[in-house]
Amino acid sequence: MIADWTQGAQRLAYDACAACGAHWSLPRPFCPQCGSDKIERREASGLGTVASATEVTRAPSKELQAYAPYTLLLVDLDEGCRVMAHGEKGLAIGARVKAGFRDFGGAMTPVFGAV
Amino acid sequence: MSRTPYLRGAGLLRFGRHEGKSTLDLMSEAAQAALDDAGLKRGDVDGVVCGYSTTLPHLMLSSVFCEHFGLAPSYAHSLQLGGATGLAMTALAAQLVAGGAAKNVLVVAGENRATGQSRDASVQTLAQVGHPLYEVPLGATIPAYYALVAARYMHDHGISEADLAEFAVLMRAHAATHPGAHLREPIALADVMASKPIASPLKLLDCCPVSDGGAAVVVSCKPGAQTVRIRGAGQAHQHQHVSAIRNFDDLGAAASAARAFSAAGVTRGDIRHAAIYDSFTATLAILLEEIGFAQRGEAGAMARAGHFARFGALPLNLHGGLLSYGHCGVGGAMAHLVETFLQCAQRAGPRQVADPSLAFVHADGGVMSAHVSLVMERVR
Repeated sequence: MIADWTQGAQRLAYDACAACGAHWSLPRPFCPQCGSDKIERREASGLGTVASATEVTRAPSKELQAYAPYTLLLVDLDEGCRVMAHGEKGLAIGARVKAGFRDFGGAMTPVFGAV
Repeated sequence: MSRTPYLRGAGLLRFGRHEGKSTLDLMSEAAQAALDDAGLKRGDVDGVVCGYSTTLPHLMLSSVFCEHFGLAPSYAHSLQLGGATGLAMTALAAQLVAGGAAKNVLVVAGENRATGQSRDASVQTLAQVGHPLYEVPLGATIPAYYALVAARYMHDHGISEADLAEFAVLMRAHAATHPGAHLREPIALADVMASKPIASPLKLLDCCPVSDGGAAVVVSCKPGAQTVRIRGAGQAHQHQHVSAIRNFDDLGAAASAARAFSAAGVTRGDIRHAAIYDSFTATLAILLEEIGFAQRGEAGAMARAGHFARFGALPLNLHGGLLSYGHCGVGGAMAHLVETFLQCAQRAGPRQVADPSLAFVHADGGVMSAHVSLVMERVR
Protein backbone atom coordinates (compact mmCIF):
# COMPACT_ATOMS: atom_id res chain seq x y z
CA MET A 1 0.00 0.00 0.00
CA ILE A 2 1.23 3.48 -0.89
CA ALA A 3 2.04 5.60 2.16
CA ASP A 4 0.27 8.96 2.21
CA TRP A 5 0.48 12.08 4.39
CA THR A 6 -1.20 10.36 7.33
CA GLN A 7 1.92 8.14 7.49
CA GLY A 8 4.27 11.08 7.09
CA ALA A 9 4.81 10.85 3.31
CA GLN A 10 4.48 13.93 1.10
CA ARG A 11 1.76 12.32 -0.96
CA LEU A 12 -2.01 12.14 -1.44
CA ALA A 13 -3.47 8.77 -2.32
CA TYR A 14 -6.83 7.32 -3.22
CA ASP A 15 -8.43 3.92 -3.77
CA ALA A 16 -9.57 2.68 -7.16
CA CYS A 17 -11.80 -0.34 -7.75
CA ALA A 18 -10.63 -2.56 -10.61
CA ALA A 19 -14.09 -4.10 -10.92
CA CYS A 20 -16.39 -1.10 -11.23
CA GLY A 21 -14.00 1.85 -11.62
CA ALA A 22 -15.10 3.72 -8.48
CA HIS A 23 -12.58 6.07 -6.83
CA TRP A 24 -12.64 7.19 -3.17
CA SER A 25 -10.27 8.80 -0.69
CA LEU A 26 -11.01 7.33 2.78
CA PRO A 27 -9.23 3.95 2.49
CA ARG A 28 -10.84 0.56 2.96
CA PRO A 29 -10.03 -2.91 1.62
CA PHE A 30 -13.13 -3.27 -0.53
CA CYS A 31 -15.23 -1.17 -2.88
CA PRO A 32 -18.12 0.55 -1.08
CA GLN A 33 -19.97 0.72 -4.40
CA CYS A 34 -19.78 -2.87 -5.71
CA GLY A 35 -18.16 -4.82 -2.87
CA SER A 36 -15.19 -6.00 -4.90
CA ASP A 37 -11.88 -6.55 -3.06
CA LYS A 38 -9.86 -5.80 -6.19
CA ILE A 39 -8.68 -2.46 -4.84
CA GLU A 40 -5.61 -0.49 -5.87
CA ARG A 41 -4.20 2.36 -3.73
CA ARG A 42 -2.87 4.97 -6.15
CA GLU A 43 -0.87 8.16 -5.78
CA ALA A 44 -2.90 11.25 -6.65
CA SER A 45 -1.52 13.97 -8.90
CA GLY A 46 -2.27 16.57 -6.20
CA LEU A 47 -4.26 18.62 -8.70
CA GLY A 48 -7.86 19.48 -7.93
CA THR A 49 -10.60 22.06 -7.57
CA VAL A 50 -11.75 23.70 -4.32
CA ALA A 51 -15.17 22.30 -3.36
CA SER A 52 -15.43 24.36 -0.17
CA ALA A 53 -13.29 26.47 2.15
CA THR A 54 -13.38 27.81 5.70
CA GLU A 55 -10.95 29.91 7.70
CA VAL A 56 -10.73 28.40 11.18
CA THR A 57 -10.16 30.99 13.90
CA ARG A 58 -11.05 28.85 16.91
CA ALA A 59 -8.77 25.79 16.98
CA PRO A 60 -9.62 22.67 19.01
CA SER A 61 -6.60 22.97 21.35
CA LYS A 62 -4.05 25.40 22.73
CA GLU A 63 -1.34 23.69 20.67
CA LEU A 64 -3.18 24.17 17.39
CA GLN A 65 -4.45 27.64 18.31
CA ALA A 66 -0.89 28.82 17.65
CA TYR A 67 -1.46 28.05 13.95
CA ALA A 68 -4.82 29.89 13.75
CA PRO A 69 -6.26 31.22 11.62
CA TYR A 70 -5.78 28.39 9.14
CA THR A 71 -7.78 27.49 6.07
CA LEU A 72 -9.51 24.12 5.75
CA LEU A 73 -10.58 22.96 2.31
CA LEU A 74 -12.57 20.25 0.67
CA VAL A 75 -10.83 19.57 -2.63
CA ASP A 76 -12.23 17.55 -5.52
CA LEU A 77 -9.14 15.79 -6.84
CA ASP A 78 -8.78 15.42 -10.59
CA GLU A 79 -8.87 11.66 -10.01
CA GLY A 80 -12.55 11.97 -9.07
CA CYS A 81 -12.63 11.89 -5.28
CA ARG A 82 -12.82 14.45 -2.48
CA VAL A 83 -10.32 15.13 0.33
CA MET A 84 -10.11 17.48 3.29
CA ALA A 85 -6.88 19.46 3.53
CA HIS A 86 -5.36 22.79 4.43
CA GLY A 87 -5.17 25.60 1.91
CA GLU A 88 -3.65 28.98 1.29
CA LYS A 89 -5.69 31.82 2.72
CA GLY A 90 -8.33 33.26 0.43
CA LEU A 91 -8.89 30.35 -1.97
CA ALA A 92 -12.39 30.50 -3.47
CA ILE A 93 -14.72 27.65 -4.31
CA GLY A 94 -13.98 26.57 -7.87
CA ALA A 95 -10.29 27.58 -7.73
CA ARG A 96 -7.79 25.22 -9.34
CA VAL A 97 -5.25 24.07 -6.76
CA LYS A 98 -2.20 21.83 -6.31
CA ALA A 99 -1.11 20.09 -3.13
CA GLY A 100 2.01 20.86 -1.18
CA PHE A 101 2.89 19.70 2.32
CA ARG A 102 3.88 21.32 5.62
CA ASP A 103 4.02 20.60 9.31
CA PHE A 104 0.89 21.25 11.34
CA GLY A 105 0.96 20.41 15.04
CA GLY A 106 3.89 18.05 14.53
CA ALA A 107 2.29 16.09 11.69
CA MET A 108 2.63 16.12 7.90
CA THR A 109 -0.35 17.96 6.44
CA PRO A 110 -1.42 18.61 2.85
CA VAL A 111 -1.81 22.27 1.99
CA PHE A 112 -3.21 23.31 -1.36
CA GLY A 113 -2.18 26.44 -3.19
CA ALA A 114 -3.51 28.13 -6.31
CA VAL A 115 -2.15 26.66 -9.55
CA MET B 1 -52.93 -4.96 15.88
CA SER B 2 -50.72 -1.91 16.12
CA ARG B 3 -51.25 0.49 19.02
CA THR B 4 -51.14 4.24 18.63
CA PRO B 5 -48.11 5.81 20.35
CA TYR B 6 -48.88 8.98 22.30
CA LEU B 7 -46.64 11.56 23.87
CA ARG B 8 -48.08 11.36 27.35
CA GLY B 9 -45.90 13.77 29.25
CA ALA B 10 -42.69 15.76 29.05
CA GLY B 11 -40.07 17.39 31.22
CA LEU B 12 -37.60 20.04 30.13
CA LEU B 13 -35.00 21.54 32.41
CA ARG B 14 -33.64 25.04 32.25
CA PHE B 15 -30.57 25.00 29.96
CA GLY B 16 -27.44 26.91 30.87
CA ARG B 17 -25.12 26.23 33.78
CA HIS B 18 -26.13 23.78 36.50
CA GLU B 19 -23.08 24.02 38.76
CA GLY B 20 -22.28 20.79 40.55
CA LYS B 21 -24.90 18.72 38.74
CA SER B 22 -23.87 15.47 37.05
CA THR B 23 -25.30 13.72 34.00
CA LEU B 24 -27.29 11.42 36.28
CA ASP B 25 -28.58 14.37 38.32
CA LEU B 26 -29.85 16.12 35.20
CA MET B 27 -31.30 12.93 33.67
CA SER B 28 -33.08 12.20 36.96
CA GLU B 29 -34.56 15.69 37.23
CA ALA B 30 -35.82 15.54 33.64
CA ALA B 31 -37.20 12.02 34.12
CA GLN B 32 -39.04 12.99 37.30
CA ALA B 33 -40.54 16.02 35.57
CA ALA B 34 -41.74 13.88 32.66
CA LEU B 35 -43.24 11.22 34.94
CA ASP B 36 -45.00 13.88 37.00
CA ASP B 37 -46.33 15.47 33.83
CA ALA B 38 -47.55 12.10 32.55
CA GLY B 39 -49.13 11.22 35.90
CA LEU B 40 -47.03 8.07 36.18
CA LYS B 41 -44.98 6.43 38.94
CA ARG B 42 -41.64 4.69 38.54
CA GLY B 43 -43.35 1.30 38.56
CA ASP B 44 -45.44 2.25 35.53
CA VAL B 45 -42.33 2.57 33.34
CA ASP B 46 -41.70 -0.67 31.46
CA GLY B 47 -39.35 0.72 28.82
CA VAL B 48 -36.36 3.10 28.98
CA VAL B 49 -34.42 4.54 26.08
CA CYS B 50 -31.35 6.65 26.80
CA GLY B 51 -28.72 8.28 24.64
CA TYR B 52 -25.17 9.10 25.67
CA SER B 53 -23.29 11.74 27.62
CA THR B 54 -19.82 13.04 26.79
CA THR B 55 -19.23 13.71 30.49
CA LEU B 56 -20.35 10.19 31.47
CA PRO B 57 -19.03 7.98 28.69
CA HIS B 58 -20.37 4.65 29.98
CA LEU B 59 -20.97 1.45 28.00
CA MET B 60 -24.40 0.97 29.60
CA LEU B 61 -25.89 4.36 30.33
CA SER B 62 -29.46 3.03 30.37
CA SER B 63 -28.67 0.42 33.03
CA VAL B 64 -26.72 2.96 35.08
CA PHE B 65 -29.61 5.39 34.87
CA CYS B 66 -32.29 2.79 35.68
CA GLU B 67 -30.39 1.65 38.78
CA HIS B 68 -29.75 5.23 39.88
CA PHE B 69 -33.30 6.48 39.31
CA GLY B 70 -34.94 3.33 40.64
CA LEU B 71 -36.44 1.67 37.58
CA ALA B 72 -36.66 -2.00 36.69
CA PRO B 73 -38.06 -1.94 33.14
CA SER B 74 -38.59 -4.98 30.94
CA TYR B 75 -36.85 -3.15 28.07
CA ALA B 76 -33.93 -0.68 28.13
CA HIS B 77 -30.93 0.42 26.13
CA SER B 78 -29.02 3.42 24.88
CA LEU B 79 -28.43 4.55 21.35
CA GLN B 80 -26.08 7.03 19.74
CA LEU B 81 -26.76 9.14 16.69
CA GLY B 82 -25.15 12.45 17.56
CA GLY B 83 -27.56 15.35 17.56
CA ALA B 84 -30.32 13.20 16.11
CA THR B 85 -30.20 10.81 19.08
CA GLY B 86 -33.14 12.26 21.02
CA LEU B 87 -35.50 12.02 18.07
CA ALA B 88 -34.25 8.54 17.18
CA MET B 89 -34.93 7.51 20.79
CA THR B 90 -38.45 8.90 20.54
CA ALA B 91 -39.12 7.27 17.17
CA LEU B 92 -37.92 3.97 18.62
CA ALA B 93 -40.13 4.39 21.69
CA ALA B 94 -43.09 4.96 19.39
CA GLN B 95 -42.28 1.72 17.56
CA LEU B 96 -41.94 -0.17 20.85
CA VAL B 97 -45.35 1.05 21.96
CA ALA B 98 -46.93 0.45 18.56
CA GLY B 99 -45.54 -3.07 18.48
CA GLY B 100 -46.65 -3.88 22.01
CA ALA B 101 -43.16 -4.32 23.46
CA ALA B 102 -43.81 -1.68 26.12
CA LYS B 103 -46.68 0.44 27.43
CA ASN B 104 -44.84 3.40 28.93
CA VAL B 105 -41.40 4.18 27.55
CA LEU B 106 -39.30 6.80 29.32
CA VAL B 107 -37.07 8.63 26.83
CA VAL B 108 -34.51 10.57 28.84
CA ALA B 109 -31.41 12.70 28.31
CA GLY B 110 -29.28 15.02 30.40
CA GLU B 111 -25.70 16.21 30.46
CA ASN B 112 -23.53 18.72 32.30
CA ARG B 113 -21.80 19.48 29.01
CA ALA B 114 -20.94 23.06 29.96
CA THR B 115 -19.73 22.73 33.56
CA GLY B 116 -18.59 19.10 33.48
CA GLN B 117 -15.57 19.65 31.23
CA SER B 118 -13.35 22.36 29.80
CA ARG B 119 -14.40 24.13 26.61
CA ASP B 120 -11.43 22.61 24.76
CA ALA B 121 -12.41 19.13 25.95
CA SER B 122 -15.93 19.66 24.65
CA VAL B 123 -14.70 20.96 21.29
CA GLN B 124 -12.26 18.06 20.92
CA THR B 125 -14.78 15.38 21.91
CA LEU B 126 -17.33 16.65 19.41
CA ALA B 127 -14.71 16.99 16.65
CA GLN B 128 -14.32 13.19 16.78
CA VAL B 129 -17.39 12.76 14.56
CA GLY B 130 -14.82 13.56 11.87
CA HIS B 131 -12.43 11.01 10.40
CA PRO B 132 -9.70 10.16 12.95
CA LEU B 133 -6.89 10.07 10.36
CA TYR B 134 -8.03 12.21 7.43
CA GLU B 135 -10.02 15.02 9.08
CA VAL B 136 -9.47 15.44 12.85
CA PRO B 137 -5.64 15.89 12.65
CA LEU B 138 -6.16 18.87 10.32
CA GLY B 139 -7.43 20.88 13.29
CA ALA B 140 -11.06 20.47 12.27
CA THR B 141 -13.89 21.16 14.69
CA ILE B 142 -17.66 20.79 14.52
CA PRO B 143 -18.02 24.46 13.53
CA ALA B 144 -15.38 23.93 10.83
CA TYR B 145 -17.11 20.87 9.38
CA TYR B 146 -20.43 22.73 9.27
CA ALA B 147 -18.66 25.81 7.90
CA LEU B 148 -17.47 23.76 4.93
CA VAL B 149 -21.06 22.68 4.24
CA ALA B 150 -22.34 26.23 4.83
CA ALA B 151 -19.75 27.88 2.57
CA ARG B 152 -20.66 25.58 -0.29
CA TYR B 153 -24.39 26.10 0.30
CA MET B 154 -23.92 29.88 0.28
CA HIS B 155 -21.83 29.69 -2.90
CA ASP B 156 -24.28 27.44 -4.74
CA HIS B 157 -27.44 29.32 -3.78
CA GLY B 158 -26.35 32.94 -3.46
CA ILE B 159 -26.75 33.23 0.31
CA SER B 160 -25.17 36.00 2.38
CA GLU B 161 -23.94 35.86 5.97
CA ALA B 162 -26.74 38.31 6.81
CA ASP B 163 -29.27 35.79 5.51
CA LEU B 164 -27.94 33.20 7.97
CA ALA B 165 -27.80 35.77 10.77
CA GLU B 166 -31.58 36.19 10.55
CA PHE B 167 -31.97 32.82 12.25
CA ALA B 168 -29.76 33.79 15.17
CA VAL B 169 -31.88 36.88 15.72
CA LEU B 170 -35.14 34.94 15.38
CA MET B 171 -34.11 32.17 17.78
CA ARG B 172 -33.02 34.74 20.34
CA ALA B 173 -36.34 36.55 20.02
CA HIS B 174 -38.16 33.27 20.62
CA ALA B 175 -35.94 32.39 23.59
CA ALA B 176 -36.77 35.74 25.21
CA THR B 177 -40.26 34.36 25.89
CA HIS B 178 -39.02 31.13 27.52
CA PRO B 179 -37.71 31.34 31.10
CA GLY B 180 -35.64 28.17 30.65
CA ALA B 181 -33.55 29.39 27.72
CA HIS B 182 -29.76 29.59 28.09
CA LEU B 183 -29.45 32.85 26.12
CA ARG B 184 -32.27 35.39 26.41
CA GLU B 185 -30.57 38.74 25.86
CA PRO B 186 -32.04 40.20 22.64
CA ILE B 187 -29.63 40.50 19.72
CA ALA B 188 -29.78 42.39 16.44
CA LEU B 189 -28.49 41.42 13.03
CA ALA B 190 -25.51 43.71 13.51
CA ASP B 191 -24.57 41.86 16.72
CA VAL B 192 -24.45 38.57 14.84
CA MET B 193 -22.42 40.09 12.00
CA ALA B 194 -19.97 41.68 14.48
CA SER B 195 -19.53 38.60 16.66
CA LYS B 196 -16.09 37.04 16.63
CA PRO B 197 -15.15 34.66 13.82
CA ILE B 198 -15.13 30.92 14.63
CA ALA B 199 -14.89 29.19 11.24
CA SER B 200 -15.93 31.35 8.31
CA PRO B 201 -18.71 31.98 7.41
CA LEU B 202 -19.79 31.03 10.96
CA LYS B 203 -19.32 33.56 13.73
CA LEU B 204 -19.92 33.10 17.46
CA LEU B 205 -23.61 34.04 17.27
CA ASP B 206 -24.13 31.66 14.33
CA CYS B 207 -23.20 28.85 16.75
CA CYS B 208 -25.30 27.30 19.50
CA PRO B 209 -23.90 27.53 23.03
CA VAL B 210 -22.65 24.54 25.03
CA SER B 211 -25.15 24.06 27.86
CA ASP B 212 -25.99 21.91 30.83
CA GLY B 213 -29.54 20.62 30.70
CA GLY B 214 -31.89 17.72 30.41
CA ALA B 215 -35.13 16.64 28.80
CA ALA B 216 -37.42 13.62 28.93
CA VAL B 217 -40.70 12.42 27.47
CA VAL B 218 -42.97 9.47 28.12
CA VAL B 219 -44.18 7.66 25.01
CA SER B 220 -47.22 5.66 25.98
CA CYS B 221 -50.07 3.54 24.69
CA LYS B 222 -52.39 5.99 26.47
CA PRO B 223 -52.51 9.76 25.97
CA GLY B 224 -52.06 12.40 28.65
CA ALA B 225 -54.58 15.11 29.50
CA GLN B 226 -54.33 16.32 25.91
CA THR B 227 -54.12 13.80 23.10
CA VAL B 228 -50.84 14.20 21.21
CA ARG B 229 -49.75 11.31 19.09
CA ILE B 230 -46.61 10.47 17.15
CA ARG B 231 -48.12 10.00 13.73
CA GLY B 232 -45.06 9.07 11.71
CA ALA B 233 -41.28 8.94 11.69
CA GLY B 234 -38.53 8.73 9.11
CA GLN B 235 -34.75 8.55 8.94
CA ALA B 236 -31.95 8.87 6.39
CA HIS B 237 -28.26 8.03 6.65
CA GLN B 238 -26.25 8.94 3.55
CA HIS B 239 -22.76 9.68 4.87
CA GLN B 240 -20.81 10.20 8.08
CA HIS B 241 -17.81 12.34 7.09
CA VAL B 242 -17.92 15.70 5.36
CA SER B 243 -15.29 14.36 2.96
CA ALA B 244 -17.77 11.68 1.88
CA ILE B 245 -20.73 13.93 1.07
CA ARG B 246 -21.71 13.17 -2.52
CA ASN B 247 -24.23 15.93 -3.20
CA PHE B 248 -24.43 19.08 -1.05
CA ASP B 249 -28.06 19.51 -2.10
CA ASP B 250 -29.02 15.99 -0.97
CA LEU B 251 -27.68 15.46 2.55
CA GLY B 252 -30.48 13.15 3.73
CA ALA B 253 -32.91 15.65 5.25
CA ALA B 254 -35.34 15.52 2.33
CA ALA B 255 -35.35 11.72 2.27
CA SER B 256 -35.89 11.51 6.04
CA ALA B 257 -38.73 14.03 5.96
CA ALA B 258 -40.38 12.36 2.97
CA ARG B 259 -40.36 9.03 4.84
CA ALA B 260 -41.93 10.66 7.90
CA PHE B 261 -44.62 12.42 5.84
CA SER B 262 -45.36 9.17 4.02
CA ALA B 263 -45.55 7.16 7.27
CA ALA B 264 -47.91 9.79 8.71
CA GLY B 265 -50.00 9.99 5.56
CA VAL B 266 -49.61 13.77 5.37
CA THR B 267 -47.86 16.21 3.06
CA ARG B 268 -45.40 18.95 3.89
CA GLY B 269 -48.08 21.52 3.22
CA ASP B 270 -50.24 20.09 6.02
CA ILE B 271 -47.65 21.01 8.67
CA ARG B 272 -48.68 23.94 10.91
CA HIS B 273 -45.60 24.36 13.12
CA ALA B 274 -42.11 22.97 13.17
CA ALA B 275 -39.04 22.44 15.31
CA ILE B 276 -35.86 21.90 13.34
CA TYR B 277 -32.28 21.33 14.46
CA ASP B 278 -30.25 24.51 14.52
CA SER B 279 -26.77 23.75 15.80
CA PHE B 280 -25.69 26.62 13.55
CA THR B 281 -27.70 29.21 11.66
CA ALA B 282 -26.60 27.52 8.44
CA THR B 283 -27.83 24.13 9.68
CA LEU B 284 -31.33 25.50 10.05
CA ALA B 285 -31.36 27.27 6.69
CA ILE B 286 -30.04 24.22 4.85
CA LEU B 287 -32.49 21.84 6.54
CA LEU B 288 -35.47 24.13 5.87
CA GLU B 289 -34.53 24.33 2.21
CA GLU B 290 -33.67 20.70 1.64
CA ILE B 291 -36.86 19.54 3.33
CA GLY B 292 -38.76 22.06 1.23
CA PHE B 293 -40.18 24.41 3.85
CA ALA B 294 -38.32 27.13 1.91
CA GLN B 295 -37.25 27.40 -1.71
CA ARG B 296 -33.50 27.09 -2.32
CA GLY B 297 -31.73 30.22 -1.20
CA GLU B 298 -34.88 31.73 0.29
CA ALA B 299 -34.88 30.62 3.94
CA GLY B 300 -33.09 33.69 5.27
CA ALA B 301 -35.33 36.08 3.36
CA MET B 302 -38.41 34.21 4.63
CA ALA B 303 -37.14 34.50 8.20
CA ARG B 304 -36.61 38.22 7.67
CA ALA B 305 -40.21 38.50 6.42
CA GLY B 306 -41.61 36.82 9.55
CA HIS B 307 -42.53 33.49 7.95
CA PHE B 308 -41.05 31.47 10.86
CA ALA B 309 -42.23 33.71 13.70
CA ARG B 310 -44.95 32.76 16.18
CA PHE B 311 -47.69 34.25 14.03
CA GLY B 312 -46.01 33.50 10.72
CA ALA B 313 -47.02 30.85 8.20
CA LEU B 314 -44.73 28.23 9.77
CA PRO B 315 -43.88 28.98 13.42
CA LEU B 316 -40.44 27.49 14.09
CA ASN B 317 -38.51 26.61 17.26
CA LEU B 318 -40.70 28.69 19.54
CA HIS B 319 -38.50 27.82 22.55
CA GLY B 320 -35.44 29.40 20.94
CA GLY B 321 -33.81 26.34 19.41
CA LEU B 322 -30.30 25.16 20.05
CA LEU B 323 -29.06 28.63 19.11
CA SER B 324 -30.67 30.23 22.16
CA TYR B 325 -32.49 27.68 24.33
CA GLY B 326 -29.16 25.90 24.25
CA HIS B 327 -27.51 22.58 23.46
CA CYS B 328 -26.68 19.99 26.12
CA GLY B 329 -26.11 17.06 23.74
CA VAL B 330 -28.87 14.47 23.43
CA GLY B 331 -31.23 16.75 25.33
CA GLY B 332 -30.72 19.50 22.75
CA ALA B 333 -33.05 18.16 20.07
CA MET B 334 -35.32 16.83 22.80
CA ALA B 335 -36.00 20.44 23.77
CA HIS B 336 -37.40 20.85 20.25
CA LEU B 337 -39.53 17.77 20.86
CA VAL B 338 -40.80 18.94 24.25
CA GLU B 339 -41.64 22.38 22.87
CA THR B 340 -43.57 20.74 20.02
CA PHE B 341 -45.44 18.56 22.52
CA LEU B 342 -46.37 21.62 24.59
CA GLN B 343 -47.47 23.46 21.45
CA CYS B 344 -49.60 20.51 20.31
CA ALA B 345 -51.08 20.23 23.81
CA GLN B 346 -51.77 23.98 23.81
CA ARG B 347 -49.68 24.38 26.94
CA ALA B 348 -47.04 26.74 25.52
CA GLY B 349 -48.40 29.83 27.26
CA PRO B 350 -47.01 33.05 25.78
CA ARG B 351 -45.31 31.05 23.01
CA GLN B 352 -48.49 29.24 21.92
CA VAL B 353 -49.02 29.02 18.15
CA ALA B 354 -52.46 29.57 16.69
CA ASP B 355 -52.89 26.18 15.03
CA PRO B 356 -51.19 23.35 16.93
CA SER B 357 -52.80 20.52 14.95
CA LEU B 358 -49.91 19.04 12.98
CA ALA B 359 -46.21 19.46 13.67
CA PHE B 360 -42.88 18.41 12.17
CA VAL B 361 -39.69 17.84 14.14
CA HIS B 362 -36.29 17.17 12.58
CA ALA B 363 -32.73 16.71 13.79
CA ASP B 364 -29.40 15.79 12.27
CA GLY B 365 -26.40 14.14 13.86
CA GLY B 366 -22.74 14.33 12.89
CA VAL B 367 -22.37 16.83 10.07
CA MET B 368 -25.73 16.51 8.35
CA SER B 369 -24.94 12.79 8.56
CA ALA B 370 -27.86 11.08 10.36
CA HIS B 371 -31.35 12.50 9.95
CA VAL B 372 -34.49 11.74 11.98
CA SER B 373 -37.91 13.29 11.36
CA LEU B 374 -41.15 13.04 13.35
CA VAL B 375 -44.70 14.08 12.56
CA MET B 376 -46.76 14.88 15.67
CA GLU B 377 -50.48 15.45 15.80
CA ARG B 378 -52.92 16.99 18.22
CA VAL B 379 -55.97 14.70 18.15
CA ARG B 380 -59.28 16.24 19.16
